[in-house]
Amino acid sequence: MNSTDFDPQFWRAQFPILQQTVNGHPLVYLDNAATTQKPQVVIDAVSGYYRKDNANIHRGVHALSQRATVAYEACRELAAGFLGTSDSREIIFVRGATEGINLVAQSFVRPRVQPGDCVLITEMEHHANIVPWQLLAEEKGIELLVAPVSEKGEVELDAWKALLKARRPVIAACVHVSNSLGTINPVEAMIEAAHAVGVPVLLDAAQSTPHFAVDVSVLKPDFLVLSGHKLFGPTGIGILYGRYDLLASMPPYQGGGDMIQKVSFAKTTYKKPPERFEAGTPDIAGVIGLAAAFQFLNGMDRAAAAAYETSLGQYAESQLRRIEGLRIIGEAEDKASVVSFLIGDIHAHDVGTFLDQDGIAIRAGHHCTQPIMQKLGISGTARASFAFYNTMEEVDQLVAGVQKIVKFFRD
Amino acid sequence: MSSEMEDLYQDIILDHNKRPRNYRPLPLATHHADGNNPMCGDEIDLYLVVKDGVIEEVTFQGQGCAISKASASLLTERLTGASVAEAHAAFKDVMDLLKDTSREADLAEDGDMAALSGVRKFPARIKCATLAWHALEAALTGEAEASTE
Repeated sequence: MNSTDFDPQFWRAQFPILQQTVNGHPLVYLDNAATTQKPQVVIDAVSGYYRKDNANIHRGVHALSQRATVAYEACRELAAGFLGTSDSREIIFVRGATEGINLVAQSFVRPRVQPGDCVLITEMEHHANIVPWQLLAEEKGIELLVAPVSEKGEVELDAWKALLKARRPVIAACVHVSNSLGTINPVEAMIEAAHAVGVPVLLDAAQSTPHFAVDVSVLKPDFLVLSGHKLFGPTGIGILYGRYDLLASMPPYQGGGDMIQKVSFAKTTYKKPPERFEAGTPDIAGVIGLAAAFQFLNGMDRAAAAAYETSLGQYAESQLRRIEGLRIIGEAEDKASVVSFLIGDIHAHDVGTFLDQDGIAIRAGHHCTQPIMQKLGISGTARASFAFYNTMEEVDQLVAGVQKIVKFFRD
Repeated sequence: MSSEMEDLYQDIILDHNKRPRNYRPLPLATHHADGNNPMCGDEIDLYLVVKDGVIEEVTFQGQGCAISKASASLLTERLTGASVAEAHAAFKDVMDLLKDTSREADLAEDGDMAALSGVRKFPARIKCATLAWHALEAALTGEAEASTE
């Protein structure tokens, strides 16, 4: 697909926040891996809900409650379609990818493990896909196995396969796209290898779903998590996809209203999934905003958007590499538009502060992936992460900003 | 460059960043603390030799930005030869200097530390400047670790 098939200005115009100046310069927002901006349709959906339809769901007989319930459940259908499942009962609304992983750790893995069992992850995981397993490991006496990552930032597939075969973990959990290195992992092969030895897989799709279509009917993960706010939707809402037979076998994650069949002090029975895992009044406005984000993305040629983003990332890398002393961190063959870099002994935080003065927002630090930073012998990176609303001119501004910093610290 | 940026990255800061003073571990340290900023992963190891209530030597090592490195370097210069009581007082003084925007930095009173007051215009960077000082307090009170959080 040729990147010229995609018109970034058309999509950019739908994001009001991008039309501002910061520190006297037009905002160049390159922190999309941390969170993405929201198109007008998402903002309108959230405010429209509060202006017209606000009511609690699933219980009111009145008109507002029915409207809210319909809108809420419509998002479940949209999410199912977005992820490639025909069964919307496989969609659980959670606060974000982090809560989704914790839910799987507590409700799927915890009841199944014995001391001596293990869980497999990779070295490039976000803290959200490390710490929930460590909490379980401490409590249950299980082991956390870590598949190594090469210097280039690619999972060593042979080691992943060997660990699966030799240790048969209770679950294997891996990130689809690394938030700090940009690596797109070969998850189809990773999941296939796990399934070959009967190991279920949780896929952390928080960073992949914003860049390209992720289809569970093709990749076949047993669980998948994503965060709405990284997908042009509101903060505080995300999705856990789970195979229905697995969800149906799992105890509730939290207890409360809306997840019960019948409550008495003698015995309480629970609803089936997905309601079983949605205790309490959910983030209704968040779900309705997320629905608008799905519709917004459904209206886009996502393959063309992905190709355009790839060209942005590659252009940024090639321009940045021309700067003396600059090195790109994360040089996988297959990368999303996430560019981590370091310049000589200039610290990433100083880079971040300087770029902010030019209205350029990037992230500096370990990006919640301290273990892979330690492995690479660095404490953090400066990271520019792109979305389809970014432009080649913005890449040029980033590069010019970095050149100024180099000059400042060298002189 | 804006005047705020010039205040933040003053020559003293840049100089201490490029040539940090007392940048080495102390094998015979009587006090040591590992200061870290969980927000960014920066880490500063601070070593002290304290004898009869006097800081005879203070050194540091670690990973950090220009601000946190310069702050640590300035700390070692200021506190070499100081009493423990003076060090505690300096800690309070520096926290005050870095956080209280109403206070004018005074070269005579604050010495080179005044160069750090530029961070007050950059709330996200204040913790960079306080990191080494938190490590100092931890080391003197017998804590092995200090955090800016």
